[in-house]
Amino acid sequence: MSTPMKHSSEGKGADRMISMAQAIREALAEEMRRDPLVFIMGEDVAEAGTPFKVLKGLVEEFGPQRVIDTPISEAGFTGIAVGAAMTGMRPVVDIMFGDFLTLAMDQIVNQAAKAHYMSGGKWKVPMVIRTTMGATLRKAAQHSQSLHAWFAHIPGLKVVIPSTPYDAKGLLKTAIRDDNPVLFFEHKAMYSMRGYVPPEEYTIPFGVADVKREGRDLTIVAIGRMVHVALEAAQQLAELGIEAEVIDPRTLVPLDRETLIESARKTGRVIILDEGHQSYGVTAELASVITEGAFYYLDAPVVRMGAMDVPVPFSPPLEDLTVPTSERVVETAKALCGRA
Amino acid sequence: MMSTPGPKIRAERSGYLSIDGEQWLHMYRQMLRIRRFEEQVNELYLSAKMPGLAHLYIGQEAVAVGVCEALRRDDYITSTHRGHGHCLAKGASMDRMFAELLGKAPGYNRGKGGSMHIADPDTGNLGANAIVAGAVGIATGAAFSAKMRGTNQVVVCFFGEGALGQGVLYEVMNMASLWKLPILYVCENNLYTEYTPYHEVLAGEILDRPRAFGLHAEAVDGQDVREVYVTAQRLIERARAGEGPAFLLCNTYRYYGHHVGDIDRSYYRSREEEERWKNERDPIRLLGSWLLQEHLADERVLEMIDREVREEVEAALAFALNAPYPDPDEVRRHVYADEAQL
Repeated sequence: MSTPMKHSSEGKGADRMISMAQAIREALAEEMRRDPLVFIMGEDVAEAGTPFKVLKGLVEEFGPQRVIDTPISEAGFTGIAVGAAMTGMRPVVDIMFGDFLTLAMDQIVNQAAKAHYMSGGKWKVPMVIRTTMGATLRKAAQHSQSLHAWFAHIPGLKVVIPSTPYDAKGLLKTAIRDDNPVLFFEHKAMYSMRGYVPPEEYTIPFGVADVKREGRDLTIVAIGRMVHVALEAAQQLAELGIEAEVIDPRTLVPLDRETLIESARKTGRVIILDEGHQSYGVTAELASVITEGAFYYLDAPVVRMGAMDVPVPFSPPLEDLTVPTSERVVETAKALCGRA
Repeated sequence: MMSTPGPKIRAERSGYLSIDGEQWLHMYRQMLRIRRFEEQVNELYLSAKMPGLAHLYIGQEAVAVGVCEALRRDDYITSTHRGHGHCLAKGASMDRMFAELLGKAPGYNRGKGGSMHIADPDTGNLGANAIVAGAVGIATGAAFSAKMRGTNQVVVCFFGEGALGQGVLYEVMNMASLWKLPILYVCENNLYTEYTPYHEVLAGEILDRPRAFGLHAEAVDGQDVREVYVTAQRLIERARAGEGPAFLLCNTYRYYGHHVGDIDRSYYRSREEEERWKNERDPIRLLGSWLLQEHLADERVLEMIDREVREEVEAALAFALNAPYPDPDEVRRHVYADEAQL
């Protein structure tokens, strides 16, 4: 990674700079070694290791009984995972593209999310649904969506979006040990991104935002790949004398409201970045949380920058217009700080 | 609709008699418990004592009882919106059932599930489900888990013929067959998918569908608890022995409407048809007359069972009516398994 990362490369040896894909694979392998109840199921997860090769090598270590290739039946195998989770297993479901979550919505929203509540706390659903998100990979409208807001809207689900290999590994291990259904979104464009991951074991608790860069003039809240857009923008802004603080909530549910509000109170100016559609999305919710918690400290309205409210187009110059870029964040930040 | 005893029936009859009479009496009682429970549920609705609606199981009792009688307590079931019968047959107690239906605190699910969501780990009930075919994934997953954990448990997945319209059923039957999972899919064809005769919305033969996935599939008279029990037991033990999933089609009939408020049913079926099933194909009466005919019980015994069941219903209902509603703070509990964390 080119940008400085707290918890990542600072003061650590470069020998453990690994890719996001490898960090995810390590988390899965460690948890599968630790707990025989953990297993993986999904399309092309075994020998193929998924089209992104994230799971490569796992079937060799854990065998086809624990790394299970399914038919192309998202509803069916997600439902099977719900039942397996309720009866003692800890499934990790692989939904190849986040867009395919639509096929499993009843299983996730009506079954997994509600079984614990509807049963008065009697059944638990300890499962993880790993899936992908993110545009700008020229995959068009049905392989590029970032649908995390849908799940953050449903009580009973937890939603995790890591932005670094370090966070991905620690958060995935926590997700697998969690007793609730957890949606774990991985950005397709970040699998090859490298970062420091320590050799010793660690987990990262949910509900704890990470300040990826400290600053006094402006807060940029960002998730997933947008954290890197924010950090790039912050670097350019620093050259202009604007110090931006970059905060990654890391988990949307549970949400670390305090850290967001505290930063907004300190800087008085906030931009929120997300790769999900702007309308009715994550940026709206976070803006509302910050406005309610820091209203009297704000010097300007909170600015939201989500993905454009259009289906993701195929044509590269069009697609690139739909998600926030560091250039646009810099321009927005300058305007917000009265430096346009 | 009445069948004349043929050679097959005569052979089965001697088979039925090889089963302990006490067990048939137990099934008689179980069917009667469901019948009387459901009659009381209807009363609660008509007297406006019950919030919401309920989908009555009356008429189909032989299916739940015949199948669950062949299960161990730690075997799993999933149920449907018409689920009271399955829950009771799997071992639920009436008082906590009534309490759940009334939204009361001592209900099986603290009143937070209601009629369509009764779930109880103690009796292996993974939950009734208000989405048609909503539990087929859960049931298949429980079978998958039983196989992975090596517990020797079997799962029964109950659903109505309406669920045959949902694609997820075919997805999970495919995987159950591929992976030889210990599960029995029990399809109760009560002839009406909500307010529509099933044949208007279902193409082909029902049994051809599971067979296309390589499932063993057969049909029984769902009004004859003896046939249901003997067949279910064979298919459940087959699954337990690792021989794979099966599909049991139970041809049956619901006496009441799709739900308790479905009073005028004349636009989708005739009163004559309803009367014919009640008079000629009632599962409780069919078993009762057989018990008398084979001298496994006399009128006195059957009357005593009825009296005991009515007393049980009365006491259970009183318990539920007198039970408190949940505390207001219950509304935020159990959203997550680790409430302290959020």
